[in-house]
Amino acid sequence: MSETLKPETAEQVLDAVKWAAASESPLAVRGQGSKDAFGRAVEADHTLDLSGLSGICCYEPNELFMTAGAATTLAEIEAALRQNNQQMAFEPADLGVLLGGEEEAGTIGGAIACNLAGPRRIKAGAARDHFLGFNAVSGRGETFKSGGTVVKNVTGFDLSKLIAGSFGTLAVMTEVTFKVLPAPEKTRTVLVLGLSDQDAMKAMAKALGSSHEVSGAAHLPEAAAKVSKVSHVAGAGRSVTAIRVEGPGPSVEHRCRALTALLRESGGIEELHSENSALLWREICDVRLLDGDGGNEGGGGRQVWRLSVSPMNGAGVAAKLTGLSGASVFYDWGGGLIWLAMDAEPDAGHEKVRQAVKFAGGHATLVRAGADVRNRVPVFEPQTGALRELTARIKEGFDPKGILNPGRMVEGV
Amino acid sequence: MKMPKPDAGVIARRAEIIKAMQAIVSGEGVITEDEELRAYDHDGLMAYKGLPLVVVLPETTEQVSAILEYCAGNEVKIVPRGAGTGLSGGALPLADAITLGLGKFNKILEIDFDNRTVVAQSGVTNLGLTQAVEDEGFYYAPDPSSQIACSIGGNIAENSGGVHSLKYGLTTNNVLGIEMVLMSGEIVRFGGKYLDSGGYDLLGVATGSEGLLGVITEVTVRILRKPETARALLIGFPTNETAADCVAAIIGAGIIPGGMEMMDKPAIHATEDFVHAGYPLDVQALLIVELDGPEVEVDHLIERVDAIARQTGATYLRISQSEEEREVFWSGRKNAFPAVGRISPDYLCMDGTIPRHKLAEVLNRIEELSRQYGLRVANVFHAGDGNLHPLILFDANEPGELKKAENFGADILRYCVEVGGVLTGEHGVGIEKRDLMGVMFTEDDLKHQQRLKCAFDPAHLLNPGKVYPTLHRCAELGRMFVHEGKLPFPDIPRF
Ligand SMILES: Cc1cc2nc3c(=O)[nH]c(=O)nc-3n(C[C@H](O)[C@H](O)[C@H](O)COP(=O)(O)OP(=O)(O)OC[C@H]3O[C@@H](n4cnc5c(N)ncnc54)[C@H](O)[C@@H]3O)c2cc1C
Repeated sequence: MSETLKPETAEQVLDAVKWAAASESPLAVRGQGSKDAFGRAVEADHTLDLSGLSGICCYEPNELFMTAGAATTLAEIEAALRQNNQQMAFEPADLGVLLGGEEEAGTIGGAIACNLAGPRRIKAGAARDHFLGFNAVSGRGETFKSGGTVVKNVTGFDLSKLIAGSFGTLAVMTEVTFKVLPAPEKTRTVLVLGLSDQDAMKAMAKALGSSHEVSGAAHLPEAAAKVSKVSHVAGAGRSVTAIRVEGPGPSVEHRCRALTALLRESGGIEELHSENSALLWREICDVRLLDGDGGNEGGGGRQVWRLSVSPMNGAGVAAKLTGLSGASVFYDWGGGLIWLAMDAEPDAGHEKVRQAVKFAGGHATLVRAGADVRNRVPVFEPQTGALRELTARIKEGFDPKGILNPGRMVEGV
Repeated sequence: MKMPKPDAGVIARRAEIIKAMQAIVSGEGVITEDEELRAYDHDGLMAYKGLPLVVVLPETTEQVSAILEYCAGNEVKIVPRGAGTGLSGGALPLADAITLGLGKFNKILEIDFDNRTVVAQSGVTNLGLTQAVEDEGFYYAPDPSSQIACSIGGNIAENSGGVHSLKYGLTTNNVLGIEMVLMSGEIVRFGGKYLDSGGYDLLGVATGSEGLLGVITEVTVRILRKPETARALLIGFPTNETAADCVAAIIGAGIIPGGMEMMDKPAIHATEDFVHAGYPLDVQALLIVELDGPEVEVDHLIERVDAIARQTGATYLRISQSEEEREVFWSGRKNAFPAVGRISPDYLCMDGTIPRHKLAEVLNRIEELSRQYGLRVANVFHAGDGNLHPLILFDANEPGELKKAENFGADILRYCVEVGGVLTGEHGVGIEKRDLMGVMFTEDDLKHQQRLKCAFDPAHLLNPGKVYPTLHRCAELGRMFVHEGKLPFPDIPRF
């Protein structure tokens, strides 16, 4: 018998988890299910649907934080923030379309559990860096909290870091508090046209190594640029390297000029203003520029990897992936993030991908593939030795019966 | 402050332990004489002292690994120590524990400007990182006032902050990777020159772990290009309330300054007497607001902050016109601790964080408590992020005065929690706030934290007696009491 439990209060979550622990019935934990296809398929009889735990509990713009039910939608949060000219600076990616679902789905709890981040990761950090505190129920069927509402807090271990990125395998968050920040007054993007991947890494390093507070640095090889809905980008007929600056008006103009001067010798330069800038970075953030995906739901069965490496190695890593059938890539984070799409293979080319990452130092995640492939191939970077044992012991400590999203990250954990 | 009772059995084995250490670390790296051990008998929390069993100063990660493996096998405790500047007693020695000093881990291993990273051994000082890259115009952003002395390993263990953390983040936001030796002697790496991890965020967990989870031997940090310019405003207010209003209004206007620091009247006077920064003496509160970035941005924001300050009732306002003048503005604030040290035989530095809008309320409460306890207090704080540093002045030679000062401090911290804040913003729990953990956390909260500890150090050999008032045995923490399970919640909607 498979049931969906839909608690409406934190107490009911506690009851549900207690029951699951006592009867050793694994639970698939979900917010809105927008990222069900991210990670390994969970081996669970029942679903714990948290969508009842929704709503902003406390938002004090001057205090720069918000507390909300874990399943509050990102859409609701973003709307509230917009009214106060604020934002979640970590720019949570909307992977809905990439994962074959809807746009604008997803909850704050999901964003934190997957440690989402966008192009601003290089300057402002990921969800982990903005996650201030939570209430949760661990797999032991006990309520606990950590952190608070203030940014500076070193009282006890930083369990917020542990929970961010744990894909619901340690505890069920019921309420979360996160940092919010002023939205930039102005955004512009400097485009450098026609760079090879390798030269683009250098140009981005130059921009990021300048004092101009670059808040996004992405490189779109020609095939990726073509997919963009921004006409300057799609029509460039060449690769496009995009450098974003944000801030007060006069400052943005000044920095754009300075960056243009800095990068002029690298290639032809164009500039995108507010609206086009916003659209392009949305496309980069939400991974809508993979050639062959054509923006289709599910990308016509192509598989997608996300590789995090040291930025200057980006192009070198990608060069090692060209042997994969139908491989196409684009780069974010100054070259440190590679999005790779490829024609579906039963093993998702994982050995090749992991080999390539190993050369640079980093990790790779299989973000999109059929459930069968995701259960065969390690989705997250495989761990060995002491690290693997540590992970298992932490899981054992927080969820000894293995009832929370079992197998979502690592088989058997 | 009660510490766990030293294990007489371990102390009895001292000679044998020393021998084992000498087999791993040769020569002067094993310190055994009382005279020399005294150099390690306390950290920045000066009121507490004690001699360690022995001090070992290894030079390589392999030696650290061998030491920990030996200690794990022989049930010997370890207190990791960086530069010993910690203010909460985290590196306080224990009579039955080896103090493992990382002073010899002082090499910068790699500077990579293209990837904007520095790899260094954990004993390198915070300022040493900046000095290694400043010729090329780069710096390491988190800048605790102790930066000339404190180690980057200690910064990670405490998740330290500095005046620039408001804009550039704390240690945890600026560290990319570490090498850590577990109590078992196993060497692990979390992170590297890339972002985030493919599993649980153990880098994030190790940051702020106060030496309880492992010994950090190597770090990878990100470096930033220095801003084009920086200018500061020195703003005086007739009341704490108006100063607090100004802080709220600046943030409310969407401005995140590079730094925003506040001092109250006693702090202004103490620092002015000491460094003669030219601070106004007829104001109740002083703000230093620093804006950094391109000149046009700084000019633009200075104008806006200037206007906000006037609107909120500033009675004194000066804008730095040169780099020298900016540094003079800061000189008082940066010397606040020694300045207060001059006007009182001893002081305790507290470290609570509160919601910004409670600033004035908390200051008033501190003033009240100061009268009640009959102890003077000077306040300096990172106003931008609500992190208070009340300095409680006392004389340790007066019988009972330390205790009184500690009680005063505890009352301040309790009040911080009461108004929605936390016990410590950047100095750590250590032994100082250990017994207050229950004010902020329930027993279940603390047990979950300790389960993390158990995954790293099941025998509680690393830095015992610190952070947690009671350490539960890991076997007990692992036990689960399950209630017999039929679906016990008829009221949960099901589908
Ligand atoms: C005058 C003064 C000003 C200060 N200003 C600030 C400030 O502005 N901001 C701020 O945040 N702090 C400040 N501090 C506090 C202190 O400098 C920081 O906490 C610093 O990070 C401690 O570093 P350390 O190397 O001295 O660590 P230690 O004092 O040696 O150790 C601190 C803790 O970390 C552990 N530890 C140290 N090294 C390691 C390692 N390699 N591996 C594992 N655990 C380790 C120890 O066990 C201990 O628990 C100040 C201190 C003083 C004396």
